[in-house]
Formats: sequence, structure tokens, C-alpha cells
Amino acid sequence: MADKARFAEQAMPFMGSLYSAALRMTRNPADAEDLVQETYLKAYRAFGSFQEGTNLKSWLYKILTNTFINVYRSRRRRPTETELDDVEDLYLYRRLGGLEAAAMGRSAEDLVLDQFSEAEVKQAVESLPEPFRLAVVLADVEGFSYKEIAEILDVPIGTVMSRLHRGRRALQKVLGTFAEERRLSAPADVPS
Amino acid sequence: MSEQASADGHRLSHQRPVVDPCQEAIGTLYGFLDGELTADRRLQIQHHLEECAPCFQAFDFEAELKVLIARKCRDEVPDSLRRRVADALRAEDVPS
Repeated sequence: MADKARFAEQAMPFMGSLYSAALRMTRNPADAEDLVQETYLKAYRAFGSFQEGTNLKSWLYKILTNTFINVYRSRRRRPTETELDDVEDLYLYRRLGGLEAAAMGRSAEDLVLDQFSEAEVKQAVESLPEPFRLAVVLADVEGFSYKEIAEILDVPIGTVMSRLHRGRRALQKVLGTFAEERRLSAPADVPS
Repeated sequence: MSEQASADGHRLSHQRPVVDPCQEAIGTLYGFLDGELTADRRLQIQHHLEECAPCFQAFDFEAELKVLIARKCRDEVPDSLRRRVADALRAEDVPS
């Protein structure tokens, strides 16, 4: 039996990031809680085989991801790699950044990025088809390297890069749509 | 270009044909922001960004966007979940 105190001390601090990732994966708090609990149970049972000194966080994410893919994904149709339109580089920057910032005399990122709420960013991430969503969450939210993501998802590094790059560009398109909708629904400029 | 070839492209800096430096920089954008370029390649892109304001602004925007996504995708763990996990692990300790 694994050393419970050592497991708790080392693995529990990751619950916040595991739960956040689980929410993005399942898009539903009840499933996310089940997924995190299942992940901790599996990790605890396998903790004896965990190599001390290797990356515990990425090991926990591999368990989380595998559990998600095996249990939760099977409830839905299997996603494919092709259900995502190609979006050009710098989509959001070109659509909104350069243009609006020049008009307002402010830096592009202050103006455009400040307007996105937490709910919008989460919704945009959660709108991505699953393979792209997992890559974006692991890289952009959790900061894993391409190599770590390749190990977590058990795919070649080239596949990680392709999913990540396409996923990020698709995410920009969704955020661009949110910004566009806000601009259209905003009242005409009123001098303050 | 095949997926595998493009995957390795960021490491083959000595084999590149002459191209527009801005296009080349934008092509390495994600590798650069993710810290996945070789030291030589990174330095080369840094030099370009120092002398090209439009590319610098675009990279800066993308870097800020990456930060924004990380910052806005955090969720508080419900106390009920902490208790459930603790209870589940405690139950595992009961000898079977």
C-alpha cells in the first residue's frame, strides 16, 4: 500500500489545476468532480509505481487525461482531427488589435484582451473540439512542454504541435466573434 | 508539408531557404512563445523582433493572449470535492 501521507503531501497541491482542467474537458462540474476523484484514487493505487524524482504533475495529468478519454469520451461520438476550420496566423491581432489600438491610441493587448471575461475565455476554450482543447489546456493553461504533452496524450510531438497550433487559431476565431458581437451590440460612442 | 516534417522544422535552422524574415518570424511564433526553439533559432528571432516593430507587436499580443488564457481558466476547488477525495483515500486504507 502506498504511503498515504507522502501521497497527500505531494499530490494534493495539484487539485486546483486538475479540477480546472477537468472542467474544461468535461464542461460540467459534476463530471469534473467525479473525474478528479477517480484520478486521485487511481494515482493513489499506482503511487508505488511512480518514480520518485520524475514529474508528478505530468504523471497526474496523464491519469486524468486517460480517465477522461476512456470514461467520459466514450459517451459521445469519437471526435476527429479534421472538424476544425483553418484560421490564418495572427487572426485576433489582425482583426482587432492593430485596428482598434491604432484608433484609440492604446496598446493593442490592453484594449482587446482586457475586454474578455473569464466566462468568455472558458467558453472559447470549451468550444474547441476535444483533441485541440486538450492540447490548448495542457500547453496554455498548465504550461506543459510539447514533449510532456506528447507523453500525457501518447501521441507524437508533431501531432501535439499541429493540434496546439490549430486549436489556438480556432480559439482566436471564437474570441474574435465574441469581441465582434460586443462591438455590434454596444451603443454608439458617447463622449464622456 | 507533412505533419512530421513540420514538427521537426523548428530544429532544422541550417537547411532553410531564404525567405521573408517577417514571415519566417511569424512561422516560429508558437515555438518561440512556448520556449521550444533551439538557442540559436531563438536568438535569431529575438534579433528580428528588436528591429521589426510590427513583428514585435504581434508577438507581444500573442504572448499576452497566452497569459490571459492561463489566468482566466482557473477554478476554485469546491470544499465538497476536497472532502470526497479525502474520504475516498481514507476508505482505500481499510485493509481488505
